[in-house]
Amino acid sequence: MTISTLTRGGAQREQQHCLRKMERVIIAMQDPDIGLKMRNQRLLITVIPHAMTGNDIMEWLIQKYNITDEEAGHLGGLLVQYGYIYPLKEPRSLILRSDDSPYRFQTPYFWTSSRWPASELDYAIYLAKKNIRKQGELVDYEKQNYNLLHKRINHTWDFVVMQAREQIRASKQRRKADRIVLECQEQAYWLVNKPCPGAFDVFDLGPERCNVLNSRVILNSSLLFFLLRISSVPNNSLSSHFLLSLSCVCSFMKFCDQYHQHDPIMSGCLPSNPWISDDTTHWTINTDLVGTPTRLRVERWSFSFMELLNDCLGRREFMTYLEKEFSGENLCFWEACEDLRHGESSKIILKVEEVYKTFLSPGAARWVNIDSKTMERTLEGIKQPHRFVMDDAQMHIYFLMKKDSYPRYLKSDLYKNMLSKAIVPQETKKSVFPFMRRQRHSSPSPAMVSQATEDNGKAKGAGPAATNSGTLS
Amino acid sequence: CVGPIRTASLLSQREHLSLTPEMATQEVQPNETLSNLKAESDTLKTKLEDERAKLHDVELHQVAEKVDGLGQFIMKTRRTLKGHGNKVLCMDWCKDKRRIVSSSQDGKVIVWDAFTTNKEHAVTMPCTWVMACAYAPSGCAVACGGLDNKCSVYPLSLDKNENLAAKKKSVAMHTNYLSACSFTNSDMQILTSSGDGTCALWDVESGQLLQSFHGHAADVLCLDLAPSETGNTFISGGCDKKANVWDMRSGQCIQSFETHESDINSVRYYPSGDAFASGSDDATCRLYDLRADREVAIYSKESIIFGASSVDFSLSGRLLFGGYNDYTINVWDVLKGTRVSILFGHENRVSALRVSPDGTAFCSGSWDHTLRVWA
Repeated sequence: MTISTLTRGGAQREQQHCLRKMERVIIAMQDPDIGLKMRNQRLLITVIPHAMTGNDIMEWLIQKYNITDEEAGHLGGLLVQYGYIYPLKEPRSLILRSDDSPYRFQTPYFWTSSRWPASELDYAIYLAKKNIRKQGELVDYEKQNYNLLHKRINHTWDFVVMQAREQIRASKQRRKADRIVLECQEQAYWLVNKPCPGAFDVFDLGPERCNVLNSRVILNSSLLFFLLRISSVPNNSLSSHFLLSLSCVCSFMKFCDQYHQHDPIMSGCLPSNPWISDDTTHWTINTDLVGTPTRLRVERWSFSFMELLNDCLGRREFMTYLEKEFSGENLCFWEACEDLRHGESSKIILKVEEVYKTFLSPGAARWVNIDSKTMERTLEGIKQPHRFVMDDAQMHIYFLMKKDSYPRYLKSDLYKNMLSKAIVPQETKKSVFPFMRRQRHSSPSPAMVSQATEDNGKAKGAGPAATNSGTLS
Repeated sequence: CVGPIRTASLLSQREHLSLTPEMATQEVQPNETLSNLKAESDTLKTKLEDERAKLHDVELHQVAEKVDGLGQFIMKTRRTLKGHGNKVLCMDWCKDKRRIVSSSQDGKVIVWDAFTTNKEHAVTMPCTWVMACAYAPSGCAVACGGLDNKCSVYPLSLDKNENLAAKKKSVAMHTNYLSACSFTNSDMQILTSSGDGTCALWDVESGQLLQSFHGHAADVLCLDLAPSETGNTFISGGCDKKANVWDMRSGQCIQSFETHESDINSVRYYPSGDAFASGSDDATCRLYDLRADREVAIYSKESIIFGASSVDFSLSGRLLFGGYNDYTINVWDVLKGTRVSILFGHENRVSALRVSPDGTAFCSGSWDHTLRVWA
């Protein structure tokens, strides 16, 4: 597959979108009523009409979009980079200076979106003109391009030189101001379309996209999908729909509020954010199986059952609680099902057998209590074991734990003790000597840790219910 | 959502149409031309939008008016990772909250300890434009792919003498470029999306295709796995402007959203799993509510002209970070819909953006060959 910057495809489509938007901005800037006030600018001894200063451009953008200096400078800079505005002083440097440097709008004839791709012939003529006018005016990469073109389109070279001479002759007959403007316009166009190697290239877009598939199939499936959706909607009255809508939206606010203190970017983290202070204490006190967890961490276990299970420490605590209640097999069963679902395809049959023997068979060592219907379905499914055969049973046990054991755990002494023991680290005061940078210590790679535990496992002999590889310490 | 009576009247216009999923792939009937069907579909859609407009859906930013505004927001580049010789296209965090894997245009995949900025591993892929890379949950392997149409898994070895490329395992095979990949809950399964318009779930050990997902009409550019309890769904976004929600088990598309005006470059679940955000070439980011089944917010500004290439939420979901093709990162207040901050620093387009697993920072990768960690 080739990456072509010359053929129009998906990436070009995207760019055309942006170019059109930039053009709208440019057109607004030139609007007689709301646009920039242009005037004559002095360039050395010549007076150039319809020009503006970099400052004017910045002011206009700030006012129109209600943005800061920095953003206006950035946006203006993009307009220059893409060739819609060009500088009169130092034309090779396509940047926006926020001072009184003179700039002009590029004529639509030379807009990046209109004359694309740039014609080789036109480029040859342009380079030839430069060469004829002033020997040695071509820069290195331009000389290279010139020589390449000379070889490639040698058969029309007479025509190129003739055109170049003709254009030079015609330009000599113009007024000096017009001549300078036209030269600047043309030069700006070529700086954007044939940039110096290494410089920003407007047409550097990445791989091709949008291989649109058979439109027939799209039409049918999207139409039918649409109709299926409206026909399957339950009987909602106006008010219940409104309530659903309202409750959905309110749930976001509730979630953001609940997690606000836990979001380091919003509320900072204790003792300090490692990326800012170079101090990794925050990570050390929050490692997976740390002795005493932080208060925030323990609090988070009460937000949802998933939060509790996702935290290794939380899960371990919960297991301890369940064993006290003689229902530890529920969590073990759930873990075994997860291992089945996310494990290797080759081990599925083996794992299903194990799960059946340990949890489901009559008189099993750790029998789980699932309702008869689910049990029947599962046992039937086991005859042809596949990855999802335990899904129904797993879900049943999951919701059992969630609705029953989990709320009781949160009220239990075990949890309350955990919460009271939990540490609240002191916030580190900003260093007295802020310019002294701390040593940034490296940490053991998870790959290494895993290799070590693997080696240990091999030495001791792996057990039947092997945990997933790599619990990070 | 339309009441049954209204539904019936709309449907009666197509009485002979019995709605079954199988019809999604049926051929067009001889008396129906493509343009007729399209016109009919458009009419029905407009009717539905009209009905919907009457229902006065609640807008997120209206309800969020009561919420406190965010104060002054200062985030700076805290680390700059230099080492790629070409455009950085993708990056992913390791679960240890400090390591990162990144891939670039010249085929290099690098694993960094972003905290110390040391490079720990480097692999050179046999192809260019490595557009997708992912860290395994165990931290012991990375997956990557791009123009080679494949997704390969490299186990990370700490033996300096070992050539990582030697242990490479080819897992996924598509018929066009690989645009994104992600491990599921374990190292054993990988989800991929491709320029061939499909997504697929693979068994890493055997390279076997477990499930394929068809429904996009053009290149699929991004995907994200749901953090939900039952962990069975994922979302994808593509060049057909659609964001689809898929059931991993059955391969069915269970929900679809089409409100963007251009390619969707990035999709990311809201932390609760009840919604997701998307970033598109139409220069907007949008939030879609999965239970209400609709778009609930648009994040856009007139001065933002270039497309959003990558989006991610802060831990609480209050902030949405978007990396854009105009080299900036815009930070949005998810609830109020306003822009909180704009971050400058990159010198070319931002192509990848991910918040770290514990939410302490986020990392951005750019075509200017660098990665930056912001906090």
